[in-house]
Amino acid sequence: MSLLHLAIISPFLLAILVPIAYKLFRQIHTGWFVLPLPILLFSYFISYLSITSNQQSVTKSFSWIPTLGIDFTAKVDGLGLLFALLITGIGALVVLYSIYYLDKNKEKLNTFYVYLLLFMGAMLGVVLSDNLIVLYTFWEFTSFSSFLLIGYWYHREKSRYGAQKSMIITVFGGLSMLGGIILLYLMTGTFSISEIIAQSDEIFSHALFVPALLCILLGAFTKSAQFPFHIWLPDAMEAPTPVSAYLHSATMVKAGIYLVARMSPVFAEHSLWLWLIAGFGITTLFWGSFSAVKQTDLKAILAFSTVSQLGMIMSLLGIGAAALHFETVEDSIFTVATTAAVFHLINHATFKGSLFMVAGIVDHETGTRDIRKLGGLMNFMPITFTLAIIGTFSMAGLPPFNGFLSKEMFFTGMVRVLEMDIFNLDTWGFLFPVLAWVASVFTFIYSMILVFKTFTGKFQPEQLEKKPHEAPIGMLISPIILASLVIIIGFFPNIISNTLISPAQAAIMPVEGYVYDTHIYFWHGFTPELFMTLGVITLGILLFVTLPKWRSVYNLFPEKLALNRFYDSMLEVSQRASFNLTKLYMNGFIRTYLVYIFSFFIVALAATLVLKDAFKFDTSEVATIHYAEVLLALVIAAASVSILFVKSRMTSIILLGAVGYTVSLFFVIFRAPDLALTQLVIETISVSLFLLAFYHLPKLRHEERMGFKMTNALISVGVGAIVTMIALSAHSNKMFPSIAKYYVENTYKEAAGKNMVNVILVDFRGFDTMFEITVLGIAALGIFAMIKLRLEGGKKNENK
Amino acid sequence: MEILMAFVIGILFMSATYLMLSKSLLRIIVGTGLLSHGAHMLILTMGGLKTGSAPLLGENAPYTDPIPQALILTAIVISFGVTAFFLVLAYRAYQELGTDNMDRMRGTEGND
Amino acid sequence: MKTNDIILQTATKVVLFLIILFSIHIFFAGHYTPGGGFVGGLLTSGAIVLLLLAFDMKTVSKILPVNYIHMIAVGLLFAIGTGAGALLFNVPFLTHAFGHVDLPILGDTSLHTATLFDLGVFLVVVGVTMTIIQTIGEDE
Repeated sequence: MSLLHLAIISPFLLAILVPIAYKLFRQIHTGWFVLPLPILLFSYFISYLSITSNQQSVTKSFSWIPTLGIDFTAKVDGLGLLFALLITGIGALVVLYSIYYLDKNKEKLNTFYVYLLLFMGAMLGVVLSDNLIVLYTFWEFTSFSSFLLIGYWYHREKSRYGAQKSMIITVFGGLSMLGGIILLYLMTGTFSISEIIAQSDEIFSHALFVPALLCILLGAFTKSAQFPFHIWLPDAMEAPTPVSAYLHSATMVKAGIYLVARMSPVFAEHSLWLWLIAGFGITTLFWGSFSAVKQTDLKAILAFSTVSQLGMIMSLLGIGAAALHFETVEDSIFTVATTAAVFHLINHATFKGSLFMVAGIVDHETGTRDIRKLGGLMNFMPITFTLAIIGTFSMAGLPPFNGFLSKEMFFTGMVRVLEMDIFNLDTWGFLFPVLAWVASVFTFIYSMILVFKTFTGKFQPEQLEKKPHEAPIGMLISPIILASLVIIIGFFPNIISNTLISPAQAAIMPVEGYVYDTHIYFWHGFTPELFMTLGVITLGILLFVTLPKWRSVYNLFPEKLALNRFYDSMLEVSQRASFNLTKLYMNGFIRTYLVYIFSFFIVALAATLVLKDAFKFDTSEVATIHYAEVLLALVIAAASVSILFVKSRMTSIILLGAVGYTVSLFFVIFRAPDLALTQLVIETISVSLFLLAFYHLPKLRHEERMGFKMTNALISVGVGAIVTMIALSAHSNKMFPSIAKYYVENTYKEAAGKNMVNVILVDFRGFDTMFEITVLGIAALGIFAMIKLRLEGGKKNENK
Repeated sequence: MEILMAFVIGILFMSATYLMLSKSLLRIIVGTGLLSHGAHMLILTMGGLKTGSAPLLGENAPYTDPIPQALILTAIVISFGVTAFFLVLAYRAYQELGTDNMDRMRGTEGND
Repeated sequence: MKTNDIILQTATKVVLFLIILFSIHIFFAGHYTPGGGFVGGLLTSGAIVLLLLAFDMKTVSKILPVNYIHMIAVGLLFAIGTGAGALLFNVPFLTHAFGHVDLPILGDTSLHTATLFDLGVFLVVVGVTMTIIQTIGEDE
């Protein structure tokens, strides 16, 4: 276990300590205990930059389940490090922000930070593991912690609904991804991503290649909220805003993008990969931005905007895959899409993170996020307003912010599609730039809505719950840092171009012996991209101003999103169906269950006896019979059968006792003195116990119906017959020699005892005995509790 | 002997099953008691009967297989614990619900 | 349930000690002859049950002021402790040791850590049986 592994699991370790810190220091906000960790991790990962900026990687392995080929191999390369820095960097800012956002006296901070740390560790695990099974484990952990965080305010019904929805959709995708991983394992015989990549050429024509591709993509699409799985993301906005800023904009939703980028070297040669990713990406981009415009909740706008931006990055990755089909990677004409994807990934984290925080501030200081109630906040919160301007303008793709640069590159990538002549891109490829452009217009519009509807216009104090004022400085620090990054990257993009972007690109499209070199320019000359941007701005402003006039376009669509309705009805139907199915056989009668069990017992054992030809009747090795033994056997048989017919409780107890005592006599005959002794004493105590308890119980009654009796008789005769056959065959089939010899030889040598049974119990198989007495103790405690606790419960009932 | 025992075991299992399928909680408990007797005898019979002297060193070799005996000893004590638990459960259920009829005890209706 | 059965009570007074002595014998002899913690424990509890039948619950708890639930815990601790003790000597859990010691009166005696384990079993069995019977009995 190396320092790297420790770094990955450190959030989990801290999560254990958080509740203790919360209990001990109630006066200090628990966030302060959490904050040092992401900062420390961030600086730790920064130290890896010197390695990855040379487009090299570090691998540290730690054996986990070696027999299954599952090792916890941590690999830091350009792509992994970029994500690790995002997770820890944004994580630190979010923790800082949450300290001011969440009230230490009102919220259950311990659970919040435990969930957040769980998520942070899981996310680091996802982006830094080289083993697919480990990656999958952490992947599901992120779904799980996201579920907990969305449902953090679990007393709200919408929170629970959103949490469940995100869980169902992402875990569904996760399971499909697991299927894809297993298919990959079947093809390559390894779970290691690096080794799979090394074999990618050989598996290309394998029959399982396409199914594996589809399964993996389903996992990525659900996680990254791609159309039509995006419906969980808007509902996830019920989470506290720091969580939305962290999970649902900067990190978790990008896990899908990470997966696509990571698996690109394996699958990218296939045309399906390009078409599916680019196609779903561009559809998501368009649908997300189109839907965002009609939202009235600040966070809902941001949610749909996130959906659309994720689609944009996704489509870029899809188009970027085309570069692999051309001999020369050096020709940056086709790699530009990938560059743009990585670049926009970083930019999106910065501006979207800050915008979520701004939305949180507005919510926190005014009590509402509804843009119909907000307006004119500019004068009350000048700093927040400035931050919002920077964030939204960057999102809309306006200079001089970083969003402008990546948006330009996005256009470049899409325009280049027109020059590609593979996979029928020359016929349908024109759709990409068109859709991209239209979506960008809508992006521009919702960005403007976000900032101007909130901060300018008429101030409506009567609509607000609180008197608005500027947020405390602590809450502003994190968005200020992010907004400064927006500007710094906007002006000096090349500080990250060869430290973060190129190394990540090298991991997405590795080419032997080639070192990526990226330069980002502000000014490209009068290219088509520039005119596209200008067109976006012109049309965007026009449409924004005339928004009230064409808003009714949205009414053409069904009131409730068809997709959401489909999800809800599916959930309802499956719930009802499974309930009905369960009710079919779980009817609450214990007898029914016993009938199932016994019938299965009969059928399964009879089938085995027949199929395996196991029934054997061998009389060669039977022991002799004494007439007294026949008599005892008759006593047992008679006693047990007559229990069935007696009416008196006392008689049935005495008969049961008779069976027990006869059994102990049999133990004597079969040379088992220990058993005989124990059985004798236990029988005595059992009978007295039965008498004690039966004293209180009602009289036996006879079963009413004849059919009922007949079924019971049939099943019991079946069980009896099967058991008899098994007893006969078990005696006749001796498959293995007895292991008794070992005990006979070693009882005195190893354990210095002469009573083999006792030595086995206390020494050779002491574990069994230890747990046995534990079970006994539990039974006694259960009995004690059943009788004693009732007294208090009874009193409570009387009080009612 | 083993063949005779096989039939004895079969009868024990049969009676136990019949009792367990009945509606009265009392009979079910008696049934489990019989079932454990049957199981103990089954384990013992599987190992072979009367194959030697009691498994105590110092007796004349060969010895009877000690392993089934050790297993059964554990099983006897456990089944005692389970029977006791079951008895008290029945007793308490009767006190609270006023019936020992399994049909009237079922509780799914109210718990949906 | 007040009983006034002089014959039973007098007989119990004598037989009780016999049973308990026998159970202690059987407990210690278990390693060599039939017996051991289970049977010993059951016999002892049988003796106490006899006492319960002859006298009433209150008298018995006055004579034997034992908390049987604690007895279960002590017994389990004995069993687990004996097993865990083996770890101190760097051998696997539940490894037993034995040896011969010259004791003042008893002479050459074979001592065995398995006895401690069996003592745990003994205590648990007595504790469990008596807990069950006592709680049911008290509930009347």
